[in-house]
Amino acid sequence: MTLALSGKDIAKQIEEQFPGCVAESAADSLLVKAESLSEIAAYLKNTPGLDFDYLTAVSGVDYIDFFEVVYHLTSIEHNHSLVLKARCYNRDNPVLPSVVGLWRTADFQEREIYDLLGISFEGHPNLKRIALWEGFEGHPLRKDFL
Amino acid sequence: MEIEEVYSSRELDKVEGRAINEFIAGHQQIIPDPDQWLDEELERNILLTSVDAVLNWARRTSMWPVVCFPACCAFEFITTEASRFDLSRFGMEIVRASPRHADLMITAGTLTWKMAPQVKRIYDQMAEPKWVIAMGACAVSGGIFRSSYSVVPGYNRIIPVDVYVPGCPPRPEALIHGIRMLHQKISRKSLISGGE
Repeated sequence: MTLALSGKDIAKQIEEQFPGCVAESAADSLLVKAESLSEIAAYLKNTPGLDFDYLTAVSGVDYIDFFEVVYHLTSIEHNHSLVLKARCYNRDNPVLPSVVGLWRTADFQEREIYDLLGISFEGHPNLKRIALWEGFEGHPLRKDFL
Repeated sequence: MEIEEVYSSRELDKVEGRAINEFIAGHQQIIPDPDQWLDEELERNILLTSVDAVLNWARRTSMWPVVCFPACCAFEFITTEASRFDLSRFGMEIVRASPRHADLMITAGTLTWKMAPQVKRIYDQMAEPKWVIAMGACAVSGGIFRSSYSVVPGYNRIIPVDVYVPGCPPRPEALIHGIRMLHQKISRKSLISGGE
């Protein structure tokens, strides 16, 4: 079975490389600061021993005070996994860096989050609505959508 | 005296006898067959009916549905098609992929506004005369998704519906009942008045 790595252990390792970039760490997940997401994601993918070569899923969550995007990472080589999270607090114009350059899986999933939650992914090659049509008013998965 | 009262008079018998002889004399010629102008093949196959009756019979006994199954009601339709319920009893076992071959649309499933223009287009491509059965709660009214931002609240917002079959999903029996109701509706159609 796939081993779920502890966010706390990975946090220590990342803190050595990128000091002050981890916002919160728990046994089940690792929350990083939005501005350093790209570097940390690249580090998790390319560092020997971690090798998170497969992005299982990307999901967006609306906590009203902030949006959270959750990345489920897996290493096929080592058969272990990690939950990586990032938050954006600007409700009017939420922006996060895109990870399409690292994992192509993120392409459609970031578009879906953009479509339904309205989070812009900076650096996405084709950021447009995927489920709803152009010209649709608002983002229906936001908690304040009526 | 008594005998004459019991039997009919001889005069009456003579009148009757003359009438019979005249009848015999007047019926010595063979009456020609009024259908003799028909040749033998046609004579054995002709059937007299009204145009409405024969047209409506032809239309209702071989309706071909077009593919329009956006969601789960399609499975009930597939079951209806298959051997147990055997839709071919009504001459409609062929589901056409081309709307130009079809005259019935069974709208089996939830329709989103994004898909709606395509369904409208398929309906428009079908040749007249054509009919629509709204199958299932979603097709009738939008069902549990009625208040959703992306779901059409009933197919009758985009195309005219002839028969509504409620259920979530309707059982094959219910769908067949709806088809039978459509048959009755078609039987009442008139070529001249157009309606009922």
